Amino acid sequence: MCGIVGLLIKNPELRDSLGELVVPMLMGMGERGPDSAGLAVFTETLPDGYRKYSLYSGGKAVDWEAIAAAFHTELGSQPDVRFQGNHAVFSADQPPDQVKPWFRSRYPHLHLLSTGQTIDLYKDTGSPVQVAERYQLRSLKGSHAVGHTRMATESAVTPAHAHPFTAGEDFCLVHNGSLSNPYMIRRQLEPLGIQFETDNDTEAACRFLEWRMREGDDLEQAIQNGFAELDGFYTFLMGTADKLALVRDAFACKPAIVAETEDYVAISSEFRSLAHLPNVKQAHLYEPAPEEMYVWTV
Amino acid sequence: MDGLTFDLAQTSLREVNQFLHQDPLRHGGQTVQILNPDGAHSIAVGIDAPIQVEIQGHAGYYAAGMNQLATVTIHGNAGPSVAENMMSGRVHVKGFASVSAGASAHGGLLVIDGDAGLRCGISLKGGDIVVGGSVGSFSAFMAQAGRIVVCGNAGDALGDSLYEAVIYIRGKIKSLGADAQIEPMTEADYASVEELLVKANFTYNPKEFQRVASAKQLYHWNADANQEY
Repeated sequence: MCGIVGLLIKNPELRDSLGELVVPMLMGMGERGPDSAGLAVFTETLPDGYRKYSLYSGGKAVDWEAIAAAFHTELGSQPDVRFQGNHAVFSADQPPDQVKPWFRSRYPHLHLLSTGQTIDLYKDTGSPVQVAERYQLRSLKGSHAVGHTRMATESAVTPAHAHPFTAGEDFCLVHNGSLSNPYMIRRQLEPLGIQFETDNDTEAACRFLEWRMREGDDLEQAIQNGFAELDGFYTFLMGTADKLALVRDAFACKPAIVAETEDYVAISSEFRSLAHLPNVKQAHLYEPAPEEMYVWTV
Repeated sequence: MDGLTFDLAQTSLREVNQFLHQDPLRHGGQTVQILNPDGAHSIAVGIDAPIQVEIQGHAGYYAAGMNQLATVTIHGNAGPSVAENMMSGRVHVKGFASVSAGASAHGGLLVIDGDAGLRCGISLKGGDIVVGGSVGSFSAFMAQAGRIVVCGNAGDALGDSLYEAVIYIRGKIKSLGADAQIEPMTEADYASVEELLVKANFTYNPKEFQRVASAKQLYHWNADANQEY
């Protein structure tokens, strides 16, 4: 069992309240997933040429300012750094193909959680209450968010196994369920040079869809290919720079409910984590149909 | 606060359910109101008394599960497995119901005004279900006894591996499940549909319904069938 939540703000005035609105949704799914929690937030887009890198140092204390200074000296541009304990977001006018290898060789203990022009990502072990507190998730602002609470069933409980998973840029995926053919997908992707970071089944789905989009599919075509290739139980919620997308397997094994108002689209595994949202009593509530694609654009 | 009104924003669900389990009739049969259900699980499960319970909002998993004798009304939507294993009484969902509504119900009547999700009436064991809207795929899967009336449409594999339960459906069937077949309506069938529509407060004409029941080809192992049914 796991919990998924998503929120897309339609009314721009509410973007400053994204964290305030989505954190209670995440906490409301704590019983479905007490092991780990994570949240991807899509913020204002950085200018062309700039990228954001969400970084996680695990149990190790890190001098983020010293890393920023080294970044400046060795890569030649001053990054903007926001940090909170073992988590930091670096923004800089440096492309991923230079920054990622630099972090990997210079600071191999750092885990790169996400890359892109709009995505910030936080995930860790612990209950959603603890994780939200640890990273002050309530203060986050943005247009849409994708969150997950994990009850591990098929691989270890570590920060790297927590959701959301990311691949490429500005793409993340959360999953409630279990895939039956993740290793088949993996054997298909690894010869293409696609590297995996964990043995988690969800990572296979995430990398498969991101690979399809790099091959030229749009999000909808990638999902359509996912229906054909990904086998098992799933409710997937995906985030891109300007979209949220939701799909359920053909048997609708895992729950999902959507609440839409003029101000927002809210998605959760269960209504109980939507009950606090403003005007939810007037919202259009529905359960997404199996093997249908639901895509909302910012 | 009135002793028979419980606000789940103030009172724990356990306290409410304990009240419902421990001689709720001592209050002279007054209706029990439950406010702010907000999708909580297992509201009003396991009641065994002829009382009225009104849930004012959306319920989560297993609402009114194992019900005996009570009349439970949900003024909102119901989560998965509403009225599962009901023995008797009546459960009425004013909105839509999620998956597995009325699963394994042995008796009583489940009325859903809106749509029901997948697997509605799965393994039904003698209860009656009336759905005002449509039902999702695999509804009445392995249903053993009881009646299901669907005023709307059905998804895939309706009545797969049915035993003695009977489905009456007014709308379109996307596909029938293994061993399910459409059969002619008899006078007794029309009377059954009429009875259930009246009980559920729907005004459709029974003549608009068709009967789906088991072809009984799966009752006996057929080695020549090559696993094809």
